[in-house]
Amino acid sequence: MSKPAPARLRCCDASACRNAGGLALRQALLAARAAAGLQPTSLAIGAVGCLRLCGRGPLVAADGPGGSRLWGGLSPEQAALLVAAAWVDADPPLALASPQASPPASPPTPVPPASAPLASSSDPLASYRLDLSHPFFSLQQPVVLEHCGLIDPDCLDQALAHGAYSQLRRCVRQLTPEAVRQEVRRSGLRGRGGAGYPTGLKWDTVALQPPGPRLVVANGDEGDPGAFMDRTVLESDPHRLLEGLAIAAWAVGAERGYVYVRAEYPLAIARLRRALDQISQRGGFGVAFTGTPWPLRLELRVGAGAYVCGEETALLQSIEGGRGTPRPRPPYPAQRGLGGAPTLINNVETLAAIPPILRQGGDWYAAIGAGNQASADKPASGATTATLGSRGTKVFSLSGAVVHTGVVEVPLGMPLRTVVETMGGGVVGGAPVKAVQTGGPSGGCIPAALLDTALDYEAMASLGSMLGSGGMVVLGPHTAMPELARYFMGFCVEESCGKCLPCRAGTVQLAALLDRFVAGQAEAADLDRLEALCAMVKATSLCGLGQSAPNPVLATLRHFRPEYLAACREEPRWA
Amino acid sequence: MASIGTPTQRGCSGAVAGDREAITRLIQLQGDDPAALIEVLHQLQQIEGYLAARSLHQVARQLRLPLSRVYGVASFYHLFRRTPPPVHCCAVCLGTACFVNGALELLAVLELRLAQQARAGGWVLERMGCLGACGSGPVLRLDQGLAIRVRLAPAPKLDAQLEAIGLPPLGRATAR
Amino acid sequence: MGVITLSVNGAAVAVPSGATLLAACRSAGIALPTLCYLEGLSPVGACRLCLVELEGAGRPLAACVSEAAEGMVLRTDTPQLVNFRRMGVELFFAEGNHVCAICVANGCCELQDVAVAVGMDHSRFPYRYPQRSVDASHPLFSLDPNRCILCTRCVRACDELEGAHVWDVAERGSHCRIVAGLDQPWAEVEACTSCGQCVDACPTGALFRKDDTNVTSHPQRQRAALLQEARQRHSWRNQGPPPP
Ligand SMILES: Cc1cc2nc3c(=O)[nH]c(=O)nc-3n(C[C@H](O)[C@H](O)[C@H](O)COP(=O)(O)O)c2cc1C
Ligand code: SF4
Ligand code: SF4
Ligand code: SF4
Ligand code: FES
Ligand code: FES
Ligand code: FES
Repeated sequence: MSKPAPARLRCCDASACRNAGGLALRQALLAARAAAGLQPTSLAIGAVGCLRLCGRGPLVAADGPGGSRLWGGLSPEQAALLVAAAWVDADPPLALASPQASPPASPPTPVPPASAPLASSSDPLASYRLDLSHPFFSLQQPVVLEHCGLIDPDCLDQALAHGAYSQLRRCVRQLTPEAVRQEVRRSGLRGRGGAGYPTGLKWDTVALQPPGPRLVVANGDEGDPGAFMDRTVLESDPHRLLEGLAIAAWAVGAERGYVYVRAEYPLAIARLRRALDQISQRGGFGVAFTGTPWPLRLELRVGAGAYVCGEETALLQSIEGGRGTPRPRPPYPAQRGLGGAPTLINNVETLAAIPPILRQGGDWYAAIGAGNQASADKPASGATTATLGSRGTKVFSLSGAVVHTGVVEVPLGMPLRTVVETMGGGVVGGAPVKAVQTGGPSGGCIPAALLDTALDYEAMASLGSMLGSGGMVVLGPHTAMPELARYFMGFCVEESCGKCLPCRAGTVQLAALLDRFVAGQAEAADLDRLEALCAMVKATSLCGLGQSAPNPVLATLRHFRPEYLAACREEPRWA
Repeated sequence: MASIGTPTQRGCSGAVAGDREAITRLIQLQGDDPAALIEVLHQLQQIEGYLAARSLHQVARQLRLPLSRVYGVASFYHLFRRTPPPVHCCAVCLGTACFVNGALELLAVLELRLAQQARAGGWVLERMGCLGACGSGPVLRLDQGLAIRVRLAPAPKLDAQLEAIGLPPLGRATAR
Repeated sequence: MGVITLSVNGAAVAVPSGATLLAACRSAGIALPTLCYLEGLSPVGACRLCLVELEGAGRPLAACVSEAAEGMVLRTDTPQLVNFRRMGVELFFAEGNHVCAICVANGCCELQDVAVAVGMDHSRFPYRYPQRSVDASHPLFSLDPNRCILCTRCVRACDELEGAHVWDVAERGSHCRIVAGLDQPWAEVEACTSCGQCVDACPTGALFRKDDTNVTSHPQRQRAALLQEARQRHSWRNQGPPPP
């Protein structure tokens, strides 16, 4: 079964492509294969995880002797053509940005300008072809996503054939927990959940607590609007996360753990459930993959719609069945977490980077992006700083007004411009980029003038934004900044847990103030009020939600202040 | 359609009459474990369409939790419903990508359009977070289906599009 | 038990190890405003009024939930802290409906005391005038949620002292409110023993005894501490005059 078929169609079965009709297309392809009298052995058709360019779904890739080709936006009626095309050797590829005919049922998308002529007008699918040599694909460096789009997420055998759980086996059979942690420390990996805390250090903190039980938790709450990196991992390669979490458990001495996923990700939940079932059917992690009686038990916990549950102390409350309200830290969960036991909490992407780090070595990972950082040192209006602390790759989700919407994994330190303009193709319709919003409701905005900033923790923070979890929303010229700030403040008002005063009552007042700017009814004094209240909410809120709720306001004020001034009435009405 | 959406959407298809024993069993399956409260509430809502006070009372008794604690949890999470689900719901994605593509304006249009229907107990308008169709925003979820690229257009054109995807036509106050 | 020395507003203070910054400030004779803290109940750090600045820390700390450590240098009175606290009190007033003139707690309300302490006479933030209805179903007590500041002292008193857990917080964000049972009238919640601990713990006039008038209300706010001591250490501090 692992013998490669001569030709193979990989149908994206992650949620964006499913929403665009991927399931119906795959059914039609299977029917078309049968109608053409072909055997699965000569043309394999299978579901795979995300193929990255989610905005053009449903995506189908064909592998053959001539290489791989990719199509986007096909409808089930075109299945027979695609089955036929899968036999033809790869012809000269088309530009990614070639005009795309839309599926009949939906109105047309704004079509990006064709940057290359149609290669063969005789090919009826030519206008659906996507160019795999386009920078969107060619500049990616898949580490976390190395098997995403190659394997069937529901199939453990395919994952195993690609090396899943081989590092777990090596850890448990050959390495001490300390040796595993040392490799993670060497990699320079920092938490991908937003705060960027060094992962090795956190693992040490948990491991070195006084003797007793420990727990591990994978944080898959991913609530930032515009972020879908963790969902991509969970839907495309669930065993990768489980392996990373199991290795973390070994490294800190835990025998129990949880994967917490937001309820809004039903496909990810279903795939994780199946993955966990597959493991218990084989006798659990210990028996199945390490040949030892290691009793590790991992459980799935599903949220119920609360952004704040991504905050680690709220996450613990929610796992224990309570209201997801944060508590003051210290003590940190690494010291006192679930049931009072030291608890390691890591983001999904952080954990998914662990198996390749152990396979290739921490030094290998730390070298990724290191070259970038030297070349990114060119002075871009003083924006770039040393990027010692940003190693390895990071997954970003690109959306908003950008031409190519999807998921990219690139070395840290890459200039933001490369991701947004070279890979993402800039703004739809050729308009200039106005700004890029990073880090969601806790992040900020990078204005177009600073697009040469390197994507690393320090450079982004120095601009009053943050790398955050990796959501990247591109803004075109039509987005008004006070309105954007109001949008994020509205999000925080909705999502505040209500425990502490500054966030519960302060965000409501901030939203009311921003309403005045959006309506063009503000007074000059409102700007002072806005800034004073932002400072108060930021400094005094209990948890990260309240502490970062003012960030989008502060960042847009910093880079787009004239828009706020223009929203002020000239004179108070009674003057 | 396939399993995209949120657990509450199951409620859109209408509630099933409460079955005390089914609830007893589902809680037993969770080992009568108070830490499983959220999972129990999810399953309860799947059976009954919403979390009725009577059922919450049963959950509290069987898990041996204070009533107010159960109510506090049931009311904290957005996806839990404490009233019977509407006959039809139309949810607008307010994720950032859809926002940038005009979701708020669309919401305002839909608010007007569905106001009459909501009073008649037919359609209810909801807001939701990103559904992962960000490349094709703005996105609407209509009962179980999904409508993508519902772009704001001049009134007659948009009205026609909304009607085409199954929303009740303007000016008729009853749901199908 | 070891001793920790630290400096508060320039004065040296010694406290037993494990003490909070709030205890350290109070032992130095410095009054810090507090609302969600009540001696005898577990601290939650929710009102954010007891803020102090710790030298070298990025942001102010809530003194009631922070542990003292050797050599800490604290300030409780910087202009920034004074400003933040005042804004906090303004937010409290703008969030509810506090009409002191007709409140049973007038004169014995901790919110009022804090407002005086921070020098706040009006809110710069627009009042939100929430619509909240009074629960007068209980034979002895009433809840007027208009005056509730969501400190959760009642929730903790009922749970930690009486063990009844009648109250909890429902909803979230600005919709948060205190509910009895399954959001029922108080009198219908059979778990309530009518002990009155929640009423004694309430810092405002939100929970009150029906037979109190605004002149004669005597909230027993020290009871929580006495009861906790009795429970945990079997030690009773008898109060009141001896029998004649
Ligand atoms: C309001 C809020 C929401 C958060 N949401 C998430 C989230 O959805 N996913 C996540 O991994 N971390 C989230 N975090 C960060 C976590 O608290 C925590 O730092 C992280 O999971 C640690 O993992 P890491 O070290 O691997 O990044 C959030 C933090 C805050 C304050
Ligand atoms: S900052 Fe907001 S979310 Fe965090 S504890 Fe306070 S109220 Fe809750
Ligand atoms: S009177 Fe006692 S038992 Fe009743 S709610 Fe108050 S504290 Fe709880
Ligand atoms: S009722 Fe009183 S004690 Fe309870 S939360 Fe409100 S203000 Fe605090
Ligand atoms: S979901 Fe299909 S390409 Fe990302
Ligand atoms: S933002 Fe609407 S689907 Fe993602
Ligand atoms: S008294 Fe410390 S936060 Fe309320």
